[in-house]
Amino acid sequence: MEGVGPALEAENLTKRFGAATALDAVSLRVARGEVHGLLGSNGSGKSTLIKILAGFHTPEPGGSLRLYGRPMPLPMSGAEAKAAGLAFVHQNLGLIPELSVAENLFMHDLTTGHDWRLDWRGMHARARSIFAEFDLTIDPAAPVANLSAVERALLAIVRAYRELMEAAEDHASRPGVLILDEPTPFLPRSEVEHLFRLIRACTATGASVLFVSHDIDEVRAITDRATILRDGKLIDTVETAATSHDGFISRIIGRNLTAYEGAAKVMRGGEPTVMVEGLAAPGLGPVDFELREGEILGLAGLIGAGAERVPGLLFGAEPGAIGVLRVAGRRFDLQNATPQAAVADRITYLPADRLGQAGVGALPVGDNVAMPVFDRLFGRFGLTSRAINDHAAQLGAAAGVKPNAPQLPLSALSGGNAQKALMAKWLQTKPRLLLLDEPTQGVDVGARQAIWDALDAAARADGTAILVASTDYDQLASLCHRVLVLSDGQIRQELSGAALNKDAIAEACFGAEKAA
Amino acid sequence: MNMSPTDPTPRAREDELTARIAALEAKLVAFEEVQAGPSRDWATILERGGLVIAWGLLILILGAFRPEQMFAWNSYATMLGSNAMIVVLTLALMIPLVAGDFDLSVAAIMGLSSMLIAVLNVKAGIEIGPAVLIAVAAGGAVGAVNAFFTLYFGIHSLIVTLGSGYFVAGLILWVSGANTIAGISMDLVNAVILTRFLGVPLAFYYAAALTAVTWYVFQYTSLGRRLLFVGLGREVAKLSGVNVVTLRAGAFVASGVVAAIAGVLYTGMRGASDPSSALAFLLPAFAAAFLGSTTIYPGRFNAPGAFIAVFFLSTGIMGLNFLGVDSFVQNLFYGGGLILAVSVSQLIRGRQPMD
Repeated sequence: MEGVGPALEAENLTKRFGAATALDAVSLRVARGEVHGLLGSNGSGKSTLIKILAGFHTPEPGGSLRLYGRPMPLPMSGAEAKAAGLAFVHQNLGLIPELSVAENLFMHDLTTGHDWRLDWRGMHARARSIFAEFDLTIDPAAPVANLSAVERALLAIVRAYRELMEAAEDHASRPGVLILDEPTPFLPRSEVEHLFRLIRACTATGASVLFVSHDIDEVRAITDRATILRDGKLIDTVETAATSHDGFISRIIGRNLTAYEGAAKVMRGGEPTVMVEGLAAPGLGPVDFELREGEILGLAGLIGAGAERVPGLLFGAEPGAIGVLRVAGRRFDLQNATPQAAVADRITYLPADRLGQAGVGALPVGDNVAMPVFDRLFGRFGLTSRAINDHAAQLGAAAGVKPNAPQLPLSALSGGNAQKALMAKWLQTKPRLLLLDEPTQGVDVGARQAIWDALDAAARADGTAILVASTDYDQLASLCHRVLVLSDGQIRQELSGAALNKDAIAEACFGAEKAA
Repeated sequence: MNMSPTDPTPRAREDELTARIAALEAKLVAFEEVQAGPSRDWATILERGGLVIAWGLLILILGAFRPEQMFAWNSYATMLGSNAMIVVLTLALMIPLVAGDFDLSVAAIMGLSSMLIAVLNVKAGIEIGPAVLIAVAAGGAVGAVNAFFTLYFGIHSLIVTLGSGYFVAGLILWVSGANTIAGISMDLVNAVILTRFLGVPLAFYYAAALTAVTWYVFQYTSLGRRLLFVGLGREVAKLSGVNVVTLRAGAFVASGVVAAIAGVLYTGMRGASDPSSALAFLLPAFAAAFLGSTTIYPGRFNAPGAFIAVFFLSTGIMGLNFLGVDSFVQNLFYGGGLILAVSVSQLIRGRQPMD
């Protein structure tokens, strides 16, 4: 083998979004034949770095990227990257479930090839021999939809690896770098080993793998070295074998594991008003918890832990839940839960998908805000736009929606202002239980504070019990009275009072994996 | 406020930034208010009234060639009466469109209603009143069948109603024996076309009244406003506690009933019923519904817009007939009108792809 330099060499990559620096002079070196971990919590710059490598973001001038010693342009196209030996498997895998395994495997050839006639028999045979090379048994004729989650992940990786080998001009001197972007959160724990075996098979041929993950145990199991980012900065590149679990946690979170001062709000002694008993769904639970009147309860967890699904399941927004929800003495069988029944009993839900599930962008802000109280606005001549807009303007002024113009379509508002308006939509109904999923995602600092204030006021004045699922630890620490940390669909830890702050939540999320 | 502990320097910077953002926002609001001056109001009026203005221009242009016919009230009195059932059919089509569903069976339902009245009244000797009621109920029943297959099986409404429309067309041929049936009670003919008010047949006033009712329901009731959410954001409506399935089913049934009323008017206009001519009105109704969505409340299917659109299109056809153009002009006008109307409404929507 000629050439002993690193396979991938990124130097001094910086990316700013407006005034915010998402990535700050970060360098990354992946050696030949190595599995290299890339770790960091939310907002660490991990995904920005991957998006730069994938050509999605253009970094600030001054950064450089080399593949097997050859300088690459930034941003580079997918074809350039592949030819130089760089391929990606993103979390969504990029497979088409309706098509067969072979069609997915050879998708690149099928979509760009010039063959008039397709030799299916030969294609299936080729697929079988490729799988055999990796010691896999996947039926090339099966539809991808019928594969298990892990088989799909394996297929995506094999496909990326094969395309690398075919595209690289000079395979021996540049065996290729595979970037696996969070491939594991939705895989059953017992099957992750299959994935690892495939990764080892790839690196045995001289290829390198960049394994992006938030899961410390997996990173420790598979990687040779790992790079840790925090707040957009390069914290450290470590030898995995020489680094303990706590060593990783302290680098990800940014301090040693010592006691910290708590900052949580103190809960007044309200009565328990919301009880969740035996909530379970595929990959989640059973979990039990309760909320008091006027309590803001946070749900935290890494991707795939299940926290983000709890609000929607309690509301009946997605089917498949079992268990019981009791709100102010009323009993809801979650198997038959419907949003309609929930809303009728003043249980409301604000999903994270702002213009897909929470509000209609094409309709005026006024209609969006006033929708739950249309019946109340019915006047002598019926429900007039004037009544709707006056009502919405009033709420908008109180919520600080700018511009406070209810006749504008919702899509004309910025993310923060749309979210303020949609929060006002539900808070005006004085719900008994308000279910939130990422209430301030993609929202500016000012709007974030305004939304927190509004939630605080609702909890205090109306006694609304608020359940917040979020991966924003800062938000949970600032907003909640109490935070439950989930992993693998189970509640692992409860934080409140002095023990509740951003670092403690982060540590519990990452540490919870260890306990699992 | 309870913030996680941070050192004071970033806090101070954050406050300063917040203040600067607030100042910029204030400027922006002031700027927007200047922008939203009288000039924008003009644009809005022009957009909302565009079709009415175009209608006037169309009359003037055609009138320049055939003034004695185009400027005679009598021409319009006849045109308003004879196109009334297209207005009603357009309303029938529009109701499910607002809820986000297509109903391609409306023209067939209109034909079924017409043929049922003829068969019941002429062949079975049933009084005209009960015959009309049965026809309208049959329209509602077809709507209910459309709703069942669309909602229970989760099939796209386009497919279901394409099939049910064809099926109903077969039913019409069956019950009529593929014959035209004449001799329907003159009571109906009197009530629809022979009795005139201000020279215009009563059919027009029925259509206008139904337009007003539809307009009121869509614009001034919570039911109508919720239906808009169902059509434009089904998931949002569902997660806001709206019973999406009931509303969509209701829209289909209402569509069937209104289409059957169009059939009543169609029968009354002619005093007879034939098994196939009603089917040709599907496209005019589509053209009018989409053209209507570009006016009055641009970007939404709306009843007054549809009402104006029907008469805009029929004025054009009437004028071209006066000019001696052959009857193929109807196809050109309605077909072209539909595509033009959809193109204009796409421009209003900002060219987001339709689903």
